Amino acid sequence: MAQISPSPARTPAASPDEPLIKAVGLRKVFPPTKRGGEPFTAVDGIDFELYRGEVFGFLGPNGAGKSSTMRMIGCVSPITDGELTILGMDPRVDASRIKARLGVVPQEDSLDLELRVRENLLIYGRYFGLKRAEIAKRSAELLEFVQLSDRAESTVEPLSGGMKRRLTIARSLINAPEILILDEPTTGLDPQARHVVWDRLFRLKQAGTTLVLTTHYMDEAEQLCDRLVVMDKGRIAAEGSPRDLIERYSTREVLEIRFEPGSGEHEAAVAKASGLLDSGERGSIARVESLPDRVLLYSDDGEATLAAVHGSGITPLAALVRRSSLEDVFLHLTGRTLVD
Amino acid sequence: MTTTELPLTRLLLGRRAFGPLGGARAPVLIERNLVVYRRLWLMLASGFFEPLFYLLSIGLGLGKLTGAVDGVPYAHFVAPGLLAVSAMNGAVFDSTFNVFFKMKYAKTYDAMLATPLRVGDIAVGEITWAQLRGVLYSAAFLIIMVAMGLVHSWWALLALPVTVLIGFAFGAVGMACTTFMRSWQDFDMVTLALMPMFLFSGAFYPLSVYSHEVRVLIEALPLYHGIDLLRALTLGRVHVGLLWDVLYLVVMGLVAALVAARRLERLLLT
Amino acid sequence: MSADTPAVPMMAARELQGLLTNYRRTWRSSIFSSILAPLMGLVALGVSLGKIVDAGPGAHTFGTIDGRPVKYLVYLAPALLANTAMQTAIGESTYPVLGSVKWVRTYYAAVASPLSPFDVYLGQVWFVGLRILMNSAVFLGTMALFGAVHAEGPGGIGPLLALPAAVLTGLAFAAPCVAWAVSQERDTGFSLVFRFVMIPLFLFSGTFFPVSQLPAVVQPFAYATPLWHGDDLCRGLALGTATAGSVLLHAAYLSALVAVGVWYGGRTFRRRLTP
Repeated sequence: MAQISPSPARTPAASPDEPLIKAVGLRKVFPPTKRGGEPFTAVDGIDFELYRGEVFGFLGPNGAGKSSTMRMIGCVSPITDGELTILGMDPRVDASRIKARLGVVPQEDSLDLELRVRENLLIYGRYFGLKRAEIAKRSAELLEFVQLSDRAESTVEPLSGGMKRRLTIARSLINAPEILILDEPTTGLDPQARHVVWDRLFRLKQAGTTLVLTTHYMDEAEQLCDRLVVMDKGRIAAEGSPRDLIERYSTREVLEIRFEPGSGEHEAAVAKASGLLDSGERGSIARVESLPDRVLLYSDDGEATLAAVHGSGITPLAALVRRSSLEDVFLHLTGRTLVD
Repeated sequence: MTTTELPLTRLLLGRRAFGPLGGARAPVLIERNLVVYRRLWLMLASGFFEPLFYLLSIGLGLGKLTGAVDGVPYAHFVAPGLLAVSAMNGAVFDSTFNVFFKMKYAKTYDAMLATPLRVGDIAVGEITWAQLRGVLYSAAFLIIMVAMGLVHSWWALLALPVTVLIGFAFGAVGMACTTFMRSWQDFDMVTLALMPMFLFSGAFYPLSVYSHEVRVLIEALPLYHGIDLLRALTLGRVHVGLLWDVLYLVVMGLVAALVAARRLERLLLT
Repeated sequence: MSADTPAVPMMAARELQGLLTNYRRTWRSSIFSSILAPLMGLVALGVSLGKIVDAGPGAHTFGTIDGRPVKYLVYLAPALLANTAMQTAIGESTYPVLGSVKWVRTYYAAVASPLSPFDVYLGQVWFVGLRILMNSAVFLGTMALFGAVHAEGPGGIGPLLALPAAVLTGLAFAAPCVAWAVSQERDTGFSLVFRFVMIPLFLFSGTFFPVSQLPAVVQPFAYATPLWHGDDLCRGLALGTATAGSVLLHAAYLSALVAVGVWYGGRTFRRRLTP
């Protein structure tokens, strides 16, 4: 396993406990696409801070405003309103100097299809004004890191989706960035490819790289993020570590029950379960959520709840007890599921 | 805003695109294109042959049958016209098809903008690359014209910068148009504009064959001015009126560059 | 072949039907390149440049009809007809073919049905043939409007025969070109074909001036090109100057190219679609 050389020492923007990114009341409004149309508010006044060495996540469904936020941090989308400070600088004034110290993995691969794999790294490094010899050394390490050394002279087109994403990650690291920005890093990848990407990102985290990522996968957020914000409709609904958020907005366990579609049992069960709310006994139900295909019963002891459910005459087709996840936090905060 | 910006670049490319270092990183785009075309050298070279084939066929072959045109052998008359057409075609192709593909499909510019490069660097880099290529083709064609004895005057030395002017003017218009295009279907409009100019702007015959009305119409088209300039220079028929041709192309290029730069910034930095 | 499988031409017709359905959606954008561009060429080079050529010292070089020298417009027009056929053929046999096999992959959908690779090949060639027919017919009609035909021969149908002649010329390019295009991995070869095959043929195969004006060394090469045969065939029929011998020779040469193309296409389509 190749170790990638650490970021060259740079004078930090400010003292170590100053945030690397600080947003206050950040807004992004897009002008109407059609004449006479309504302007679209993608980001509606958000505040957050990012500190050195942490992995910070934006969790939310499609259209929550995550990508717009990332593009503003990446200095490719002018902010409409509010304040955004990145590495102590204002993106409206110092876009180029900020971008020199960022690494960006966009949602859509933007690899240069006219260049080979290694050339993609070499030329991208040149965009940063790095010296050729330095880039050559570093790109060899990076290809090793993302397990693409044997494809170095290949064209980009025949690579699989997972390989392209790994190459994009390698490319984003060519300038040894102080902050790595990843927009939906594993969307569209098959499960195996996702795990490889997660593994590489986890190693970067271990090596102390500061990461900002967006995702609509709760497992991704739970595995990688030290701290995250839940975004919905352009606003931040909650903030904290994954464990924090689950403790604050959910119970320890969840009982999922399913019924024969169209039998009416689903509705009956929701009504009966609501009668069991806060009974004070073991398995007492804290909250009931009715989804189109299942009913979720939140409690601290799922097995006991299941027994209580059976005892009240509800007979589900299938029942599953699991631990609470960020999905449940999101459902609690917004009343909607993340991936629909 | 910093005050070190030049007023003209600021006017042309807006504030965000051109910071204090704006355009300075353009050479890395040329470096990229050199890496790409190192493998496509045959494609690169092939662009040179098209005007040469036309010169040999229409200029020499048909020229034997037409006799003198406009007081000179036909090949002498046609060659500067073909030079202008080739400068126009090359610039338009680069600034439309190539730019559209990189912008909409390959997302090449999005990737570049994630780095310290600015919109200004990209615009200057792409235009400079296209011009470098165009100058190579034009210079090669001019050398062939000299070797074939088709050049009458030292004024022809100015033909090379004039091909750059033609390339800049048409390239800027092409890039401005590209920023308005939505799909490949729209590119039929490019052919629709180029083809009649190529055929009717006097590259192949003097405008005296036309009626007065048609003549006025043709003289309003930009390619006519390019052909007029180059023909005057290679045949040594230089007069003050040529400055109008220069002015026409300069103004067209600047206006289009202004539109292109502002539109590009709005498209790429959303 | 089993009893319930229709004959090859019927199966190819199914592929053709699919291609035509698609064309109904995109024909508008092709009008310019297929119809307007050749017409503008006819006006600019035949009419305008023609004024200069007809006044020049070589005006007698283009042959005579009824003892009078042939005008340049009349000389050029039938050759532009053959060129329209060639350019339509090459245009429709390159990018669209690679697109169908690589980008939209409709050929693979076709061979997943009872169609064989050879049916798909024939369907594509038929489709290109129809496009050649459409464009050539429009061009021939306009030639007649410009007075660039000469009704000779039995019943004066000579100029009408120029239409099948143009289609045959086009097919002589389309059949091999479709076969070759399907074996390509990328489109770089196509621009080389346009620049190093199509344009030199357009310029040096007797379209703008008789091949006899070329240097003696290159004349045999020009006479060997399929476009020269197409040019001469279309010109002879449109102007009524053809002899039975020349018509047969040209038609046989062009048909042989079609046959070679079909043989080659059967192989390349099978290799690409059912490896």
